[in-house]
This record gives sequence, C-alpha cells and structure tokens, in this order.
Amino acid sequence: MAQILIRFVVGGFVVSAFALIGDLLRPKSFAGLFGAAPSVALATLSLTVATMGSSYAATEARSMMAGAIALFVYASFVSWIMMRYKPKTLWATIGSISVWFGVAFGLWYVWLK
Amino acid sequence: MSMQVKIDYSALRQTKWHDYAIRFVFGGLITAMAGLIANKYGPVIGGLFLAFPAIFPASATLIEKHEREKKKGAGEEGDDRGKEAASADAAGSAMGSLGLLVFAVLVWKLMPSHKAWLVLIAATLSWLAVSVLIWYSRQRAQPPRITQ
Repeated sequence: MAQILIRFVVGGFVVSAFALIGDLLRPKSFAGLFGAAPSVALATLSLTVATMGSSYAATEARSMMAGAIALFVYASFVSWIMMRYKPKTLWATIGSISVWFGVAFGLWYVWLK
Repeated sequence: MSMQVKIDYSALRQTKWHDYAIRFVFGGLITAMAGLIANKYGPVIGGLFLAFPAIFPASATLIEKHEREKKKGAGEEGDDRGKEAASADAAGSAMGSLGLLVFAVLVWKLMPSHKAWLVLIAATLSWLAVSVLIWYSRQRAQPPRITQ
C-alpha cells in the first residue's frame, strides 16, 4: 500500500511539473511536446529500479516503445479529428483513447508477446 | 518560416487550482496503475502504460478553454480557435511521442549496463532534443496553422 501511495505522489508531482512547463510555452504545438513528456516513465522507472532492479525496468522500457508508437497514432488522430470535425475536445480526447489501446495491444500481440 | 517559442506567464493566471489538482490526480493514478499492472501482469504489459496519455484529455481541454476565453475577451468567436489550439497541442504531442520512442529505446538498451540515474537523465535530454528537433523541422517545412 505504501508503495502505491509513493508511486501516486511521485507520479502526480512529475506529471504536474511537465504539464506546468507545457502551460507556459507558446506556440501550442511546441507546448504539446510536453504532453508526450516521459513523466509517468520517469516516476515509474526510477521507483522500479529501486525495487525490482534494472533488468525489470529495461523490460518495461522495451514495451514502452509500443506505448510510444500508440501515443503517436493517438495524438495524430486527435489532432486530425479536432481540425477536421471540431468536436468537443474532451469527447475527442477521451473517445480516442481506444485508438491508443488498439495500437499498443496490437503491437504487444504481434511483437512483444 | 518558423515561429518563435515564447514563455507566456498569463497561462498561470488562467489556470485554476482544480486544473492542477486534476492533472496531479490523473498523473498519480496512472503511475500507481502502471505499477499495479506490472505487478499483476508482468513488466511487458506494465511497460505499455509508461506512454499512456494520462493527462492528455485534461490538458487539451484546458488549452481549448483558455484559448476560447482569451478570444472571447477580445470580442472574437473563440470556439474554433480553442479547438485549433487543442489540435495544435495534439500535433505537438505526436511529435513529442517520437522523442518518447527514443527515450524508451535508450532506457531499454542502456539500463542493464549503466547507472540508472545517468540513463534516465540522458534519455530525458534525448527525448527533449529529438522532440524539439522534429518540431523545428516541421516548422521550417510548413507554415504554422495557428499563430498564438
């Protein structure tokens, strides 16, 4: 339980820090780079190395490649759909999460499994 | 043609405390979840979630809101500009995710044989360098869609 709480707090701080940097920057396309910052990865990997060792962390990082490709497809899709159909941002971003899951688990199935 | 990168402190005044709280909670939740998933299903599945768009919906919605309010204050129709800003932000995240891919490759390859803190710092700097380079290349290749 303590481990989960530590992850929550560390993750919350790291993610918020990168988000804050993104808030301050203009133009928004540049600020968007920070939407793909390795914030969750930094928080998770640093704690994982301490508890499970570096080989375990390296295995996670290998899978993270598939997650990053999925994030690329997801963010590109959201950008396109926002420009083309101009839906509500919240609906477009949440509704498209299935794209991330599809690509990430598709890559896991054909490449990492 | 390339746009200049600026720091805009007015965004801090526009952001409410609950906007920060939402992102803190989502960031914390996905980090905790990534650990739980790795514990239950192993590091191969858990690792996927290190690149999950945890706070993307909250951040993009916030950007749309800020842009809409800004344009409304100036007496302009802000709805479309808000959505364009959210679209530009997402395009930036797509470029940043390629930097994230480089981050993952470096951690995967270097972590077992080097000091962890050194690998994480080097990989983070590489993420930044690759992302910014891609952004600048895109800016030079095509005119910007949005001017703010």
